[in-house]
Amino acid sequence: MNHHNNYLAHTVLIFGVLLFLLPIWVMVAGATQDAAAIARGDISLIPNIHGLGIFWHALFFKGVASAGYPVWHMLLVSFTMALGIAVGKIAISLTSAFAVVFFRFPFRRVMFWTIFLTLMLPVEVRIIPSFAVLSSLHLVNTYGGLTLPLIASATATLLFRQVFTAIPDELVEAARLDGAGPLTFLRDMVLPVSRANIAALFVILFVYGWNQYLWPLLVASTPAYSTIVLGIVQMISPDEMTPWNMIMATTTLALMPPIVVVILLQRAFVRGLTDVDK
Amino acid sequence: MERRTIFPGKLLPMLLIAPQLALTFVFFLWPAARAVGEAVTATNAFGTSTIFVGIDNFTALFADSQYWSSVWRTLVFCASVSLIAMVLGMLFANFTDRNLRGKNWYRTFLIWPYAVAPALSAVVWVFMADPQIGVIGRYLGPNWNYGLNGAQAMGLVIAACAWKQVSYNFIFYLAALQAIPRSLVEAATLDGARGLTRFRTIVWPLLWPTTMFLLVVNLVYAAFDTFGAIYALTGGGPAGATETLVVKVYEDGYIGNDIGGSAAQSVALMVLVVALVSLQFRFLNRRVQS
Amino acid sequence: MATLELQSLTKNFGATSVLKSLDLTLASGEMLVIVGASGCGKSTLLRLVAGLESPSSGRIILEGEDITNRDPSKRDIAMVFQNYALYPHMTVAQNMGYALKLRGETKEEIAHKVAETAKLLGLGELLTRRPGQLSGGQRQRVAMGRAIVREPKLFLFDEPLSNLDAKLRVTMRAEIRRLQQRLGITSLYVTHDQVEAMTMADRLIVMEAGRASQIATPMEIFEKPANLFVAQFIGSPAMNILQPAEAAFANIPANAVIGIRPEHVALDDNGLELLIDLVEPLGAETLIYGTLPSGQRLTLRRPGGPPGVSTLRVSFPQDALHIFDTTSGMRL
Repeated sequence: MNHHNNYLAHTVLIFGVLLFLLPIWVMVAGATQDAAAIARGDISLIPNIHGLGIFWHALFFKGVASAGYPVWHMLLVSFTMALGIAVGKIAISLTSAFAVVFFRFPFRRVMFWTIFLTLMLPVEVRIIPSFAVLSSLHLVNTYGGLTLPLIASATATLLFRQVFTAIPDELVEAARLDGAGPLTFLRDMVLPVSRANIAALFVILFVYGWNQYLWPLLVASTPAYSTIVLGIVQMISPDEMTPWNMIMATTTLALMPPIVVVILLQRAFVRGLTDVDK
Repeated sequence: MERRTIFPGKLLPMLLIAPQLALTFVFFLWPAARAVGEAVTATNAFGTSTIFVGIDNFTALFADSQYWSSVWRTLVFCASVSLIAMVLGMLFANFTDRNLRGKNWYRTFLIWPYAVAPALSAVVWVFMADPQIGVIGRYLGPNWNYGLNGAQAMGLVIAACAWKQVSYNFIFYLAALQAIPRSLVEAATLDGARGLTRFRTIVWPLLWPTTMFLLVVNLVYAAFDTFGAIYALTGGGPAGATETLVVKVYEDGYIGNDIGGSAAQSVALMVLVVALVSLQFRFLNRRVQS
Repeated sequence: MATLELQSLTKNFGATSVLKSLDLTLASGEMLVIVGASGCGKSTLLRLVAGLESPSSGRIILEGEDITNRDPSKRDIAMVFQNYALYPHMTVAQNMGYALKLRGETKEEIAHKVAETAKLLGLGELLTRRPGQLSGGQRQRVAMGRAIVREPKLFLFDEPLSNLDAKLRVTMRAEIRRLQQRLGITSLYVTHDQVEAMTMADRLIVMEAGRASQIATPMEIFEKPANLFVAQFIGSPAMNILQPAEAAFANIPANAVIGIRPEHVALDDNGLELLIDLVEPLGAETLIYGTLPSGQRLTLRRPGGPPGVSTLRVSFPQDALHIFDTTSGMRL
């Protein structure tokens, strides 16, 4: 690789990094500045160190027009929803894939294809009829309503099926001869062996859950169940007169948890992502 | 694919698969069936009687010029988002896949936008592009106002949605590039292929399956996952200039309460997804074989 | 250790019959080796005994108890697998102690037994390692240890040495046999390697197409092969099979073929002329390949170096001949 090419590579990559970082930088720097100055169009790219307290104050901000629940509560709702979706989906996919791979039972194929079919119907497509069903089950404005319809999807089941199918037959046989029944085998062999996949899936699903917008928009009609993403979009709507620095600080708080999770578990996540979609 | 060794028993596996099956029935099959049912029926204004109307809702939908302009808009939007996100993703991946100083740092800094919610990417872009406060928008002159100008609104929505999606394509292209045997690239170098020629004749053909796979994923993303971004930035406006199919389903079905029409739209969308996913599986199979 | 009895054990997969009514009795402490080409049903036999497959008919009796339909986890049988099947996420000690833990033994008991077995196999240093950090030979030893520590009623070996290199295979072969004899382990051992079969077995089953062609001690099988298949399968190089066309054979029935092992062919100045076409010196001995006047091929094994001539004169001592029926292949 010659030097000319390296300069080109660095230039292109630095451009990429800036392309992603600049908007975030503007947001973080802007949050620390005076709301009136921002509204005049005077955002400075240099953060104001004395304004750092805004990130703390933002946690208790309740919005201007709606005066609903504070930001920390919305973060909590988002966190609960993301965690519920990630844990719930991993749990039901793990057990259903285990059943499909390690047992033979009547209608096994039919059941698997029924689950597989759900791959074809993202929540955005079936949004109105799903909402109607949810209403008749009285799940509007509940955590069940926020999470359950997003838990039922085939991607994780497909991934686990692939991982489990790759477990060598001999390993299963050795465990059976050592005296392990199906549930012991699940606990002692399957879970430890697929630990990395579970971690990766956790990242993907947590981000997926945290970032939901359309579904909570329908299901969380009272502020008590408003997620942070809903709350911020509400803040920038024209009839709210939220100070810009507050919007920026809140958006920063909303972006942090999934970004931190992705960066911390980067390796597992990249491998898991490329595996899931295979 | 079938295992040689299995566990005996029928009740246990059925219990294990039951939760997912139950959720699938309640939240997928039931709504889907309901959508189909509502698409072929009409209910009177008092909700007291329902009659079978066959394909009337579909005929009405497909005769509606607004629907077709939404279809066209969605196509332009999806194609633009996919193209921009994939080209940039591949560009960055190509330059990261080398013995470059700071390679791992670049990778980390190019991956994180995956975690940004589409709706929040729209908010972040407001800070950039807003005509009054945006760090770029305020210098774009009096003619820049995406709140009034449909073309500008579309451009901004495309930028915000593509911006967030570059990382995803970057991750996949990087994985695909790392799977190309070094010896292959070295052989091409010895054969005299350099720079762009080497990329065009060796690397690009090997990335083709990944490209086809990503194309479908990006189209699906642009068509369905971007609702939040569009709704937060423009609310589908101005004057419907950014109203994609999913936005329209929401507007007509939830805000406008047109049950039959929105159900017909849902069914049309389902058909579209089934087509896209089937396409994906064809390419996936090819990818597995190659 | 216990006795094992198989009564008309049969296994069909759909229309194909993989194992055809096998009867077999294994004495306590006996090492029985099952040898045959791939697809002869030897692995199926092992898996039936382990309980990983269920037989189409017949019975399996271990220590007087009918275990034909018992779950593998309740048979008290240990198996050493071809690819070792060590649990990748467990240390060597955990691998060895897993069955004991499931059985509900205390931590102290397990640690004690694992340490004992590890000492026996020279695994003491490796107890905290994971399978991924071990060499092929060490993994093989851990797989053995995992089986031994359980003190099961019966050991099954499924081609345990076939993933090792040639040199290690010879060492491990001797080591397994030494352990098996010292601990008096009743064992069923499957292999496709006839040298392994000959050296390790108390008794040998030669299997062909789902049937036991012969069950006997290795020397009996070598000296009195029951049929043509066994005759050619055991012994290396394979036994010469000749049509009685050569003038050298007297008193041979018309519908018979003659077998003679390469080392039993005699040099005889009055014998038939053998035209040599290939000589392979192995050091201590030499293999000589050639053609008889009738056009039939013959292999000789002679002590010492190459003969340095292009023809030899050979004869076939009467007491070294094996005579088989042409149609049935059975020994006459």
